[in-house]
Amino acid sequence: MSDQLLWYTTRGAGAVSLVLLSVVVVLGLLARVRFETRGWPRFLSAAVHRDLALMTLVFLLLHIVTAVVDPFTHLGLVAALVPFGSYYRTVWLGLGTIAFELLIAIVATSLLRQHIGARVWRGIHWLAYLSWPVAVIHGVGTGTDGTAVWMLAIDIVCVAAVAAALVWRLVAAPPDPLADERRVAAERASFGTGR
Amino acid sequence: MSIALLAGPPPAQGMEGFAEHQQRLGSLPPATQLIDAIERSNLRGKGGAGFPVATKWRTVASQRSGTPVVLANGGEGEPLSRKDRVLMEQRPHLVIDGALVAAAAVDADDIVLYVGADHTGAMQAMHRAVIERSAAERARLRLVSAPVRYISGEETAAIHFINDGIALPMSIPPRPFERGVDGRPTLVQNVETLAHVALIARFGDDWYRSLGIGTASGTTLVTVGGAVPQTVLVEIPQGASVADAVNAAGGITSDSDAVLLGGYFGGWVESGAAWGLSLDADPLRQLGYSLGCGVIAVLPSGRCGVVETARILAYLAHESARQCGPCTFGLRAISAAAGRVAGLTPTPGDLEHIQRWAGLLAGRGACHHPDGAAGLLASALRVFAGEFQLHYHDRRCSVVNTAAVAS
Amino acid sequence: MRDRVTLGIDRIKCDGHGVCADLVPELIELDDWGYPIIRGGAIPQSVLPHARRAVSGCPTLALRLQAVASPSRR
Repeated sequence: MSDQLLWYTTRGAGAVSLVLLSVVVVLGLLARVRFETRGWPRFLSAAVHRDLALMTLVFLLLHIVTAVVDPFTHLGLVAALVPFGSYYRTVWLGLGTIAFELLIAIVATSLLRQHIGARVWRGIHWLAYLSWPVAVIHGVGTGTDGTAVWMLAIDIVCVAAVAAALVWRLVAAPPDPLADERRVAAERASFGTGR
Repeated sequence: MSIALLAGPPPAQGMEGFAEHQQRLGSLPPATQLIDAIERSNLRGKGGAGFPVATKWRTVASQRSGTPVVLANGGEGEPLSRKDRVLMEQRPHLVIDGALVAAAAVDADDIVLYVGADHTGAMQAMHRAVIERSAAERARLRLVSAPVRYISGEETAAIHFINDGIALPMSIPPRPFERGVDGRPTLVQNVETLAHVALIARFGDDWYRSLGIGTASGTTLVTVGGAVPQTVLVEIPQGASVADAVNAAGGITSDSDAVLLGGYFGGWVESGAAWGLSLDADPLRQLGYSLGCGVIAVLPSGRCGVVETARILAYLAHESARQCGPCTFGLRAISAAAGRVAGLTPTPGDLEHIQRWAGLLAGRGACHHPDGAAGLLASALRVFAGEFQLHYHDRRCSVVNTAAVAS
Repeated sequence: MRDRVTLGIDRIKCDGHGVCADLVPELIELDDWGYPIIRGGAIPQSVLPHARRAVSGCPTLALRLQAVASPSRR
């Protein structure tokens, strides 16, 4: 197989993964906002979020496998699985490994959500806020295209979209109407120290 | 009138100590075949739900997921009830005896005595009583002082407090008999129930049944308040009438249109129908009533049923554990609307809203708090139907002359 | 042998997100404050897949499927 093909596939799949992951993060942020129109019911955001996350994994695996088997980079499986385990661009690549493994944890716990309970699931899911920026930084620092114009353009659009969604969520997410109530009631029902 | 729990030294002498207790009643026999005796005695729980005690014990005893725990529930959050704190203040050893034989019957080692922190007389008496017991018994008894709120006597709230320091109800499943204190099967029993058990263990179910009137068995503690000389605790035989209980409390001090049976968790009854009611669980339930935790409050003339109901609803809304949406917001809305109707300043639609929202309360919370409020409200809308209409349509109260009523 | 199942709910976990009412309106509607009113009784077979989706779609995992015989809060 042409080395060039592998190399292009690695870079292309990486870029697509980043775009898909950014859309996934945007949809995740908008879940709290309860975004809804007549043509886009609420459960659709959750469903597309889930499906695109799985698709992201597919492109990610393509990105990683083509990078590992590429004879030119001499990466090997260790680099793919052990953060900072490669000699080639150790730090930047290591970040990619971290982002990937966080994503695996998030997807696995989501698939097993009903067996592990909402609290554990939500705790691990918050790692998405770590996984995505780490993936962006990995993209900028690792590839030879890291700072190519087209790659930077993609990065800027992705970051802008996630930032906008984050602002929207912070501004427009309705507060849990019971949150304050529960706190007041719990204070009244205890002696303040708990046990 | 026969008396069992409150037999012995008069209230003025305060707590009956261990020596006097043993001398008067004899020592506590072992709990052999006690569950059968309890079953034959038809003893029902005195915490409000009236669940058959023997059935509860058998269920706990049959659990295989750990050594059971006995929780003696003296939380008494119902504001109109005094029985648990007075019983613990004057006969703490009856309660402790009952807890000990219950523990033996269900193979429990540990006993938690759950008492309201504000009920200082009861706390002190229970504390002294525990000290008076043998070292072996003391090692198994744990006295826990809990916040006194309406909801803190609920079974799962008591367990929650003991486990995590917060006296708020928890969702079921799992039920207390499956997983409770420290994750173990827990027998939660009201302190009055345990006191009855202590007597049945000594004197048998034949004796216990003979205390009741007709087919009813045993006695029961009732707090009688409202239009009586003062709020008192009386012990009456099961099967006695509401009128008997009120007379034992000194009789009524004014005319009365209605009686609140069962406290805030119970319901209003027209006094004409109330006086003759037999205080026996099954007949009462067939009529749709319940003595609950043993409260009879007689509405005095000069007090408006609509106003009193609004006051109770405001209290119940305030005391909600605020963990479930339907209860937190539903009760609050109903209470606000009822307050406006009581205060003769209704908003158009208030009465219809009250009726609609009341239908959305029962069964939609984690505990029975909203169900109790819905039941109380339904009884008020029935018993005081005319008065509600007068308040709502004519902005007039036939009982109280001024508009500033719901304070 | 088909087990008859019904929708059970943990009212404390429920935060009123309302996703369930979107996914299985045959069984769930929302009250004035956005909390679910659940139709009791056995779930018809035709609605069961939607009920399962509602159970897995609940953001706080407050819904569950349970056997009809067990008494529970609505």
